Amino acid sequence: MNTNTNSYEKGQVVHTPTFIDGHSVDIPILKILQQDGSVYDGAQLPKIDQTLATKVYKTLAFHRVLDERMVAAQRQGRLSFYMTALGEEATTVGGAAALEPQDMIMGQYREQGALMFRGFKLEQFMNQMFSNEKDLGKGRQMPIHYGSSELNYMTISSPLGTQIPQAAGYAYGQKLQGKDEVTICYFGEGAASEGDFHAGLNMAAVHGAPVIFFCRNNGYAISTPSDEQYKGNGIASRGVGYGIKTLRIDGNDILAVIKAVQWAREYALAEKAPVIIEAMSYRLGAHSTSDDPSGYRTREEEAKWQANDPILRMKNWLLAQDWWNEEQDSALFEGLREEVLAAVKVAEKIAKPELRELVTDVYDDVPEHIEKQYQELVEHIKQYPDAYPVTSGRLK
Amino acid sequence: MAQMNLLQAINNALDIAMAEDDSTLCFGEDVGFFGGVFRATSGLQEKYGKTRCFNTPLTEQGIIGFANGLAAQGSRPIAEIQFADYIFPAFDQIVNESAKFRYRSGNEFNVGKLTIRTPYGGGIAGGLYHSQSPEAYFTQTPGLKVVVPRNPYQAKGLLLAAIRDDNPVVFFEPKRLYRASIGEVPEEDYQLPIGKADIVQTGSDITLLAWGAQMEIMEKAAAMASEAGISCEVVDLRSLLPWDLETVANSVAKTGRLIISHEAPITGGFAGEIAASVQKECFLNLESPIERICGLDTPYPLAQEKEYVADHLKVFEAIKRSVNF
Repeated sequence: MNTNTNSYEKGQVVHTPTFIDGHSVDIPILKILQQDGSVYDGAQLPKIDQTLATKVYKTLAFHRVLDERMVAAQRQGRLSFYMTALGEEATTVGGAAALEPQDMIMGQYREQGALMFRGFKLEQFMNQMFSNEKDLGKGRQMPIHYGSSELNYMTISSPLGTQIPQAAGYAYGQKLQGKDEVTICYFGEGAASEGDFHAGLNMAAVHGAPVIFFCRNNGYAISTPSDEQYKGNGIASRGVGYGIKTLRIDGNDILAVIKAVQWAREYALAEKAPVIIEAMSYRLGAHSTSDDPSGYRTREEEAKWQANDPILRMKNWLLAQDWWNEEQDSALFEGLREEVLAAVKVAEKIAKPELRELVTDVYDDVPEHIEKQYQELVEHIKQYPDAYPVTSGRLK
Repeated sequence: MAQMNLLQAINNALDIAMAEDDSTLCFGEDVGFFGGVFRATSGLQEKYGKTRCFNTPLTEQGIIGFANGLAAQGSRPIAEIQFADYIFPAFDQIVNESAKFRYRSGNEFNVGKLTIRTPYGGGIAGGLYHSQSPEAYFTQTPGLKVVVPRNPYQAKGLLLAAIRDDNPVVFFEPKRLYRASIGEVPEEDYQLPIGKADIVQTGSDITLLAWGAQMEIMEKAAAMASEAGISCEVVDLRSLLPWDLETVANSVAKTGRLIISHEAPITGGFAGEIAASVQKECFLNLESPIERICGLDTPYPLAQEKEYVADHLKVFEAIKRSVNF
């Protein structure tokens, strides 16, 4: 039976053209926590105790410190590239905090906060960023393209939006195998313009995949502001069109993020269906260290959002709860700064991956033709050892 | 003449094209106000307005589909794909639409006014997804033209030719050279021919053939060879589709030897096509096997980029092998 037919027939019948406008659909926005740390009257809190709250806050602090230090390291020329998530940390840390460790996280590239919450270690972040031989990704991708199968964090791929239909498929597999698992799929409002967004959401809806689509609407895709990205009512309005349960939240409100994702997880598992959450936030930093936002937006605009700092908001809440104090806070940030600096010094001295890693993992085994190319390369490097100093000394 | 880097030469060509024809449009991700992430379209929105130079939503398939529509309508779209690594969502629009629009309609409709600009190639520590050279995927697509300039002078003349060509052209820009390559460029309008190779240096012992950023490598290897007493003829193919077999074959007939080099992986790369055609044309002239010095058959690496690339030392070794065969 085609159940869609019923939906069409439920519509009001009109006899003159009667247009509807997406903007006329009022999309509520969930806010729980105010900037001063007080909770809105009548707000329903997520499931969170002091232990979880402290862990979340420490992760946020780690995120902030790592980002600040790595941008500095990049400016000093110690690192080729970096991307911060300044101002958006609550979306990823809060998301991971609301999930179970077995849930898959598929990020776009600005989701290191989720990986931090899962327990990816400082030195693991460093090893990836410095492309050294201890990097799980074997030095193959630019900085911040993290991944860990142990922590159920899918390795980041630079092409935008490709993870969206993949998340639908991954979650569908989880459902078929009867697992108590969902997939969360992060992407930006810019990536939501890619064709893969449509493909992924529609397939997830049609096939009932327990996936949480989490849009970080941070206002910018590199230099392109969201008003040049779409004309509809954000990304949330599209969820309605796909027949997906839709929720818009304040992305700088960690409690709203946790609440929304906790609810979405329960719903996705119980109903075997996707959810889309649109978190309204702002990319306070540059797109990457290769970008300079002063060319396309004003300081005033940035200042408005600096006043909405999600980390400070959570700190204010913790202080109000009496779960945290200023001394602890100073000690935390100070300790983190030292740890990060020390970790940079260690990671940058670790050797690059062996030359062999150039040809492994292209396939399950190295096929004959690539083996031959590798042997020729080894002979060539031995002939010109000075021209390839990083690898030549380590060749047998 | 003015000193320009490759980006400025491209910007200058776009400026000329937009000034001469009101139906010429430049668009792509961050192309408008910001002038593109590499600033190739810098100042164009200011000069020609938001309706002719603009940001698009972040959708490559949308950009090229939109451009196909504009070209079919009679406008002259110059679409930018931010990195060639990100051209693949638009592959269907390019391969099945741009390339076949004219043929399938019996020329009732065509998108000949379309130009697709995209930065390609390695050497910027870009790893897998900011380094690829996907030209060969497009050279197997009849209906397209594929052009790759090697320096600012070539870039301006070839881009103007591409924009005015009445066929869809994919124009690959060597991003490693965007600011690194600086040279004399006439400020006035000029075109360089699509489909014609350019003999960069004449020589008698061996022909070195490449395109784009790889030309620097070939010239460097030729200089090393010269010190070893080997005379290299260095040829820039410039246009891969169509490509100038005549110039290449004449050179090989003279030198008897050929090395082809590209950044892309060797298997299925365009060097294979050239080698097959040249051996047929020049079978009796060849003194040694045609060699290909290319990327390995792996994705483009990050940590081992230096080892991976087809550098001047690998080309130089191939030159020695070839002359000593």
